[in-house]
Amino acid sequence: MKTHQFDAIIVGAGGAGLMAALYASKGGAQVAVVSKLYPTRSHTGAAQGGIGAALGNKIGDEENPDSPLFHAYDTVKGGDWLSDQNAAKILAEEAVDAVIELEHMGLPFDRTDEGKISQRRFGGHTLEFGSKRLAYRACHAADRTGHMILQTLYQQCIKHNVRFFDEFHVVDVAMNQGVCTGVAAIELGTGELHLFHSKATLFASGGWGRCWQVTSNAHSMTGDGAAAVFRRGIPMQDMEFFQIHPTGIYKLGILITEGVRGEGGVLINRHGERFMEQYAPSAKDLASRDVVSRAIYNEIKKGNGIGGKNYVYLDIRPETVNRYAAEAGEKKRIDREYIESKLPDILDFCRTYLGVDPVKEPMPIQPTAHYAMGGIPTNIEAEVVIDENNTVLPGMYAAGETACVSVHGANRLGTNSLVDLIVFGRRGGKNIAEYVKTAHFTDMPDGAGKEIEAEFNRIRNSKGKTRAFTIRDAMQNIMNDDVSVYRTEETLKTAITKLQELRQTYFTDLLVDDRGQKFNTEVFEAWELGNLLELAEITAVSALNRKESRGAHSREDFPERDDVNFRKHTLVYREGAPYSVEQPKYRVTVEKAVDISLETTDERFLPKKRVY
Amino acid sequence: MVDVTLRLRRYNPESATQKKPYWEEFTLKNCEPTDRILDLLHRIKWEQDGTLALRRSCAHGVCGSDAVRINGRNRLACKVLINEMGADTQPHIKVQVEPILGLPVQKDLIVDMEPFFAHYRDVMPFFINDTPVPTNGRERLQSKEDRAKFDDTTKCILCACCTTSCPSFWANGKYVGPAAIVQAHRFIFDNRDQGAQERINILAEPNGVWRCRTIFNCTPACPRDIEVTKAIGEVKLAIQRNSPDGIIKITDIKEAVFSS
Repeated sequence: MKTHQFDAIIVGAGGAGLMAALYASKGGAQVAVVSKLYPTRSHTGAAQGGIGAALGNKIGDEENPDSPLFHAYDTVKGGDWLSDQNAAKILAEEAVDAVIELEHMGLPFDRTDEGKISQRRFGGHTLEFGSKRLAYRACHAADRTGHMILQTLYQQCIKHNVRFFDEFHVVDVAMNQGVCTGVAAIELGTGELHLFHSKATLFASGGWGRCWQVTSNAHSMTGDGAAAVFRRGIPMQDMEFFQIHPTGIYKLGILITEGVRGEGGVLINRHGERFMEQYAPSAKDLASRDVVSRAIYNEIKKGNGIGGKNYVYLDIRPETVNRYAAEAGEKKRIDREYIESKLPDILDFCRTYLGVDPVKEPMPIQPTAHYAMGGIPTNIEAEVVIDENNTVLPGMYAAGETACVSVHGANRLGTNSLVDLIVFGRRGGKNIAEYVKTAHFTDMPDGAGKEIEAEFNRIRNSKGKTRAFTIRDAMQNIMNDDVSVYRTEETLKTAITKLQELRQTYFTDLLVDDRGQKFNTEVFEAWELGNLLELAEITAVSALNRKESRGAHSREDFPERDDVNFRKHTLVYREGAPYSVEQPKYRVTVEKAVDISLETTDERFLPKKRVY
Repeated sequence: MVDVTLRLRRYNPESATQKKPYWEEFTLKNCEPTDRILDLLHRIKWEQDGTLALRRSCAHGVCGSDAVRINGRNRLACKVLINEMGADTQPHIKVQVEPILGLPVQKDLIVDMEPFFAHYRDVMPFFINDTPVPTNGRERLQSKEDRAKFDDTTKCILCACCTTSCPSFWANGKYVGPAAIVQAHRFIFDNRDQGAQERINILAEPNGVWRCRTIFNCTPACPRDIEVTKAIGEVKLAIQRNSPDGIIKITDIKEAVFSS
């Protein structure tokens, strides 16, 4: 067992982690980034359409420009009034400066005719508090904005000599005397356990989309950081809110950016109808993601899927886009070259995986599990909080998808994930730099790393009959069938029972072939499955407890939003040994208050019926 | 439906019996013509032999983890469908998969990427501009035309398909390789950046661009369709035109030849 000591440990090397590392480092802290992947493999790189910021660069909007206040409103409305409004305000205001800063770091945004950062429309982004005028707010670099953010931040980290531990898999968090004292990690190449002793630890370890069968998420999106923290007694917040993105490639789940609809693409059912006109008369195809995903489910249920199957078409053919633009009285017309330049990766995905050329044919799409609104609870300083009273856990921070600030509330707006990474990653980094100046090292707890080492040995020597793949496949099917866009008490209870059975199998009947130490990816995959099982179950448990419909959480048995009883954050607590065949107890509360600081001073922010 | 035999290059550094790399065949029944090579590797790992080691993450060609050599060509395993190997017309096909060449194999399809990333870091792959940012607090302006000059090389995902397809790199691992030059190109041709001269000086060294013999393996190897050879050519031209210091000295060539 090797021990390292740094002022700050950053777990994960996606957008939030790199931004935090950069700022903690610039602020004078000794920083190490510990990541299970090479940093450039992180899933931030798969983000496509854009990063939202009210720059107001669109030519023609000078008279009534975009404003951070509108962005904050859209975020709160998009979140179905569960977003913490102080966080939404910070997100929208600091987005402007953060995006400009990315440009100053060299990020190659697309440009307007004036040479400014180019912006496109995105779902749920409007001007003047949800008016019919859609905002051009998504700053983009073709359809690989996330790729450019990840590359730019990694480049800057190299420039500033940030220390990286690549392919080191963080598997446990160390706590002593109520303080986070670091993490335990296993080096992929050697199988060796390392302890990282720190004053501050920031989790930026991403989401857990791999709980579902059809997902846009990378194989590595297994919620490791969240699960490790949860097992050590920190609650998880708002787990029932998981975004199912409307447009994934049929069967594969690969994301087709909302930017396609931002550029004028429309959703079409088997009858050739642009069905979103019925569900969202104003924003139509650019309504919030939860609204569009439900609409697609409804169309499929009514038998309006293509050929009666469970998919619809997304149509970006120039003739289609131009026809609807003309109907709407818009002047803009597009051609093949325009689509090729604005959406090159989307065209490539469809041509490669489907043999479909979107310039000539519509794309078959279905909703795909995409993004965790919930996660490790934090305040607006990226400090982890552990109860309804927002009590801070000293030394522990979280940012990005794995964190729940909560800025996204019950449903995240497109582009806001990238904003979240940059804004709250930066805040985390800055705060850590200050914190470590005065904080001292608290000793690592006795026996740190022993429990996780034992758990890895158990997995490595598993001689049961069931492969991890079999359990994972079953879990993913359960989540797709029963914990997806629509839920009922019955589906959720069924899911919980089945997930608990899988958990038993995982602990009693696992089969692993590889007993080696070096690059034992089989053991890591099995361990990741344990994380997914834990997070899947508390997603269902939290969903069962929320007897209302809000944002991404739609209960068929409770179809209305219930602000009186449920305009509060869920917290789920875990009681039980971290790794044990014994079923842990999950205690759920819906008591944590939502920050309403905007609506108390500006009545335009008050909750109302959510229509697009 | 098609049956596929995969011929895999295996190596286990901890094996007591097999000290050297070897070939092993696996047969998979009932594959779909639209299956990716990655899907088949996963089926082997998940259903038959859990010890098979490979890297992968996004599974749709944007993270750059799963560069391997498929039937002798460098590809991303997640971007190759077996229908291009006749899976939609034949009942049984055979595919060969091995690690990319020129980097030390660590286990099965996993190679040591550190030498590759070291070359990447050598070319100063980061934006350099120390002039004050605009006083209005806004972005530096750039015309669409200037932005277009380096668009192609911004697509690079550092998968190493190009570098490990290059015979010059195979012959001499000190050569920075196509990927590093692509990264340098992205900054040299960005008119906002001010580090071009330093990068050009680095790439004018014997292990810089001049080890490129325009063999063109890199361009078809790129899963992002970057015109790699063209980018290298543009950097060569930039060195010759813009920087008299950058033109390689005959003494350097001699030293490089004798030391390699």
